[in-house]
Amino acid sequence: MAVTTGQAGAAGQGLGGEDAEAVAEGLAAVGYLAGPETALVSYLALRLEKPVLVEGPAGVGKTELAKALSRYTGRPLIRLQCYEGLEEAKALYEWNYRKQLLRIQAEHEPGWREVEGDIFTEEFLLARPLLQAISASEPVVLLIDELDKTDQEFEAMLLELLSDFQITIPELGRIAARTRPLVVITSNNARELTEALKRRCLYLWLDYPSPDQELRILKMHAPQLKEELARKLVEVVGMVRELDLKKPPSIAESIDWARALVLLGANDLDAATLAQTLSVIIKHRSDLETVAARLGLSDGERRPA
Amino acid sequence: MASADLLRGEGRPASLPDELVAFAELLRTEGLSIGTAELLDAIAALGLVDWRDPHQFKGALAATLAKSQQDRRLFEVAFERFLLARTAIRARDHEPPIPDGQQVGHTLGEAELAALRRRVAQAIAGFVAGDPQAEATLRDLARYLIAALGAGGGSVGVDLQLIRRALDLRPEARPTLEAGDPRREGVPREGLRHFEALLRRELEAGTIERSGDLPQARPLVELARALPTRPLADLAAVQRTVAQLRRRLASGGQERRGSRNRHLHLDMRRTLRASLQTGGVPIVIKERPRRPRRPEIFVICDVSTSVSAASVFFLSVLHALHDAFRKIRSFVFIERVAEITELCEREREFKALSERISRTAGVADVSGYTDYGRVWDHLRQLIEDDLDSRSTMLVLGDARTNGREPGVGDFAALAKRAGRVYWLNPEPRLYWNYGDSVMRSYEPYCQAFECWNAGQLEAVVRELTRVEPRRV
Repeated sequence: MAVTTGQAGAAGQGLGGEDAEAVAEGLAAVGYLAGPETALVSYLALRLEKPVLVEGPAGVGKTELAKALSRYTGRPLIRLQCYEGLEEAKALYEWNYRKQLLRIQAEHEPGWREVEGDIFTEEFLLARPLLQAISASEPVVLLIDELDKTDQEFEAMLLELLSDFQITIPELGRIAARTRPLVVITSNNARELTEALKRRCLYLWLDYPSPDQELRILKMHAPQLKEELARKLVEVVGMVRELDLKKPPSIAESIDWARALVLLGANDLDAATLAQTLSVIIKHRSDLETVAARLGLSDGERRPA
Repeated sequence: MASADLLRGEGRPASLPDELVAFAELLRTEGLSIGTAELLDAIAALGLVDWRDPHQFKGALAATLAKSQQDRRLFEVAFERFLLARTAIRARDHEPPIPDGQQVGHTLGEAELAALRRRVAQAIAGFVAGDPQAEATLRDLARYLIAALGAGGGSVGVDLQLIRRALDLRPEARPTLEAGDPRREGVPREGLRHFEALLRRELEAGTIERSGDLPQARPLVELARALPTRPLADLAAVQRTVAQLRRRLASGGQERRGSRNRHLHLDMRRTLRASLQTGGVPIVIKERPRRPRRPEIFVICDVSTSVSAASVFFLSVLHALHDAFRKIRSFVFIERVAEITELCEREREFKALSERISRTAGVADVSGYTDYGRVWDHLRQLIEDDLDSRSTMLVLGDARTNGREPGVGDFAALAKRAGRVYWLNPEPRLYWNYGDSVMRSYEPYCQAFECWNAGQLEAVVRELTRVEPRRV
């Protein structure tokens, strides 16, 4: 929920680049290697000022994309992390009743009319992420993370925001966006989002990257890793993802693995190294067994790294 | 580029919006829900990308029209099919992709044929060697051949034969022919097969186009489906209905539970806010709104052969229930019962889910016939302790025991512990209790409904909403 100001990227002045390739380059410049489709949808979102719904398996860089867009456009990032039971007061706004109370008590003999007009003003409003994004004086990137974790009712509440970029507060009336935020909604696909919400968004399906792309990502984040080793690593990770696991390794985990290998000074991805470091990418005991069986590691060889 | 061609539309009345609407229509027949809003978005998006780049063109359409992974797959196929149909027409009506500028007639001279043959052989060789361009070249050649040979008028098989004969390309070498003729060496079999597949596709696309109606063919759904790997077409309807069911179950029974006062949790925030009106003295006490209770659902679903027709529906319901409820445990059974809660939570996709169930859930022993007696017995061991008055049991099954013990005692024990028990039977009420159906023995312990499609499910939910479910 914190507002973090991205360092203004090189392309921060305009509303995104000239075309999809420019966006791809811009994102790469801030450390996010976007596939062609990702770049295209980001570009469209920037130009059409429409929200983007990003779906895909866990750990393929959905959240990272929003952060990268924030860095690329130089807009501050406002993040709303969704969870089960999230409600309006935590997402939209809340009246600061303590302050209101103080205000009333501070003045003796106030006329009710004045006070009422007084205490229902923006001064006494606690803006939560959604209202913050709407009322920001400069355009922001609004990340609504893991929307699938909330209830369907919460989704319905978002509709007004997403289509008209406005919020209605009964005591104050309508608050329309001063600037259009770039909205990125992510979902891990834990449940189907409603048609109404999808209708208002552009859709992007992010999948695990192709081996080539993953290799480039690794190079960017773990430049010390030897080319040959990186190639093998990508191959193993790709194979492990094919297996039937509780939690397949994400991109972040393959980066972690690459860094671990660099730290260990590994020269080759042999059985011993694998056995030592496998726990970096596999986080479930049963998964560990599946992978070990597939890679032909016996139990004796497997020790925690 | 083909996509630009599609839209330039020289000499044809079709404009971009027209074509888009036609395309959207095709997508709708595949079950995607596409409204005007999406179409407007698509047009706006197309205004921003470079049409000459097929990836951008398609990407822009996909981002605005196909909004789930499932939709994406259907979109891919439909797009390809639509484009094929359009470009085939264009290849016939407009200039051929052969740059030599030869006169194109409905019959080709031997020299032209020889030149064509060489090009095809070349492209096939390129394809086999893995040249990425070869595929496009082959496709262009296929279109050209169809146009040039005047094929594409009769049945696909006849036309294919016509072209095959004219080209006379074979896998085996024929040393009698003069040097330089590609037929002398023979053409790689796999490449040739691929080329003929392309030809066939082009011909089919042409047929669809000529017959006037858009390629509705069979829905892709049917082609890709063995057992239910795709939810019902009206999955959306099932989901809507399940949402109703959820509200119903959430509030169910509460209205009868004593007076309001039994539920009083002070809402500090709202009380203080209310106290503002009385100068900070909390006179009006605000209480927290009643939390709709979270129903705990146990779904027990028959997946035996006798209900195979209904199993798409059952699995759709199961799938939708998992979307709507957090606290849900699912079981499938035939001879045995197997818990698939975790599977359902992990597998978001219907197809994967149903494949997973058939692969991993240990539900059958030997015969593959339902054994209700054993199922209830197992289930009692599994969940009896977890059931309480807040839990709802939902049984999806036909109550056909194949002459085995129905295990009514065990079922009754389960029903007694659970708050509510509903039974959805995929057979018409008329067939209940005939043959080996023992619905009658279970009915005293549950509310039974006939239900095998979304419409009936809605009726069931309406019924539940109207009639207070009795406590068993």
